[in-house]
Amino acid sequence: MSVTEMFSYIQGFLSADQDVREDIRKVVQILEQNAREILTVLQSVHQPSGFKEIPSKCARARELFCTVRTQLADLKTKFPVEQYYRFHEHWRFVLQRLAFLSAFVVYLESETLVTREEVAQILGIEVVREKGFHLDVEDYLAGVLIMASELSRLAVNSVTAGDYSRPLRISNFINELDSGFRLLNLKNDPLRKRYDGLKYDVKKIEEVVYDLSIRGLAKEPESGVDKLELGRISG
Amino acid sequence: MAQKPRDERGPDECLSLKTSEGCPRKNADAVQDRDASANPSSPIIAVFKVFQQELDTKHDKYERLVKISRDVTIESKRTIFLLHRVTSVPNAEDILNEADVKLDAVRQKIGLIAEELRGEDIYQFHRAFTAGIQEYVEAVSFLHYIRHRSLISLEEINARLVFMRTEKVDPKGSDEALPLGAQVLTFHVTPSDYLLGVADLTGELMRMCISSVGNGDIDTPFQLSQFLRQIHDGFSYIGNTGPYEVSKKLHTLRQSLGKVEDACYALRVRGSEIPKHMLADVFSSRTTLLDPEEGVV
Repeated sequence: MSVTEMFSYIQGFLSADQDVREDIRKVVQILEQNAREILTVLQSVHQPSGFKEIPSKCARARELFCTVRTQLADLKTKFPVEQYYRFHEHWRFVLQRLAFLSAFVVYLESETLVTREEVAQILGIEVVREKGFHLDVEDYLAGVLIMASELSRLAVNSVTAGDYSRPLRISNFINELDSGFRLLNLKNDPLRKRYDGLKYDVKKIEEVVYDLSIRGLAKEPESGVDKLELGRISG
Repeated sequence: MAQKPRDERGPDECLSLKTSEGCPRKNADAVQDRDASANPSSPIIAVFKVFQQELDTKHDKYERLVKISRDVTIESKRTIFLLHRVTSVPNAEDILNEADVKLDAVRQKIGLIAEELRGEDIYQFHRAFTAGIQEYVEAVSFLHYIRHRSLISLEEINARLVFMRTEKVDPKGSDEALPLGAQVLTFHVTPSDYLLGVADLTGELMRMCISSVGNGDIDTPFQLSQFLRQIHDGFSYIGNTGPYEVSKKLHTLRQSLGKVEDACYALRVRGSEIPKHMLADVFSSRTTLLDPEEGVV
């Protein structure tokens, strides 16, 4: 093969690669648009009036996730299934956002941490790489961390809206999440940087809880918490 | 940590609650100790332990690949230094054979990479070994050029990256019938890594050109000039549709080509006037970037 022939072959390969990426970009753009719509629906829970409407907003968000499922099903067809990581960078951002939105919806509905399997189900994708287009564990974790920030904001706005018990529940939840994240041995990568932000969320929520408890505003649905808060303050 | 299931609190909090009736009423998701070891039975902790294992496994594999890749890089670079000596010794064949042996060892290392990647998505780990592979491409294409005065193809490179794996882990395989459980493992250099390796090759060819002139060889520069021009034209054709590193290397490639073309010019115009052993000095102004060990100032 001559030099010219070799470069010609390579050019063909690169050109085909570019075409695939172009196709992927188009679908990702639509996905990002969908994600923004879901975010708009869910953002409104921060408003004082929004708190009462949480169930209906979650229902609406879940409807919008149907469209997302269709888009992701389309995205899967744009490239060979075994080359997921070759193109992963194109959808990494939007998939993290969608993981966050799934986690947020599930938290608003049940105040629990969504599992990776549940997120995958909401999005209509796999958990295990070998089975097809999947949710990478790091993207799931990034989504959870984005939600943590959202919850710290929600804690603040709950108080403003007059809900004094929600911040305590958020505090418990975030602290447990923090314990979980501490188990991970993270490398110096974007996930690590995002995790570093979690401590600020924890701190912010703690301050909200503190503000409530020293003013006696925190009525505790679970037992013994305010005693514990006092214990913490004096100890 | 032997903790009673009802009592999920750490020692500090318990002090204030010794007589508290509150303990048994505690829910599983009530206030947790900040310490990670506080509540091993929490579902969140349990699931994060799984994540920990997954991430550790992935990072370990990545690190193993980085280590192998470093070895590949070092041995390939040494092979390249070895090959530069063909212009200055009488018996080139010895050097070429030694280079063969070295590159066989490098191929074995690449076989180890292939083993680590078995069943994986190679692109998930590509950054770990891309540098080593590019260096290997540079070395093997350099050897190929010296022998055949042509550019090795991607196919030819990949054809030599086929490994036999048997029960006894015999990498070379054998010509006899394969024992049960024998496997064929392949490693595919991507077109992009090939391209980047060839871009680096041009730098070595430029060095070879200048040093061959210093040794009185006035044919090689003209051959090289022709060859480099073809490669340069190939890269121009690809332009910026390739990986972005190609654009950076294209700049260096143009410089290399320029040096070689100047060398040919000087030889053509002034070659006959200058004693062979002084030819090297003719290019001294343009060769300040070369390694001292090439023998050219």
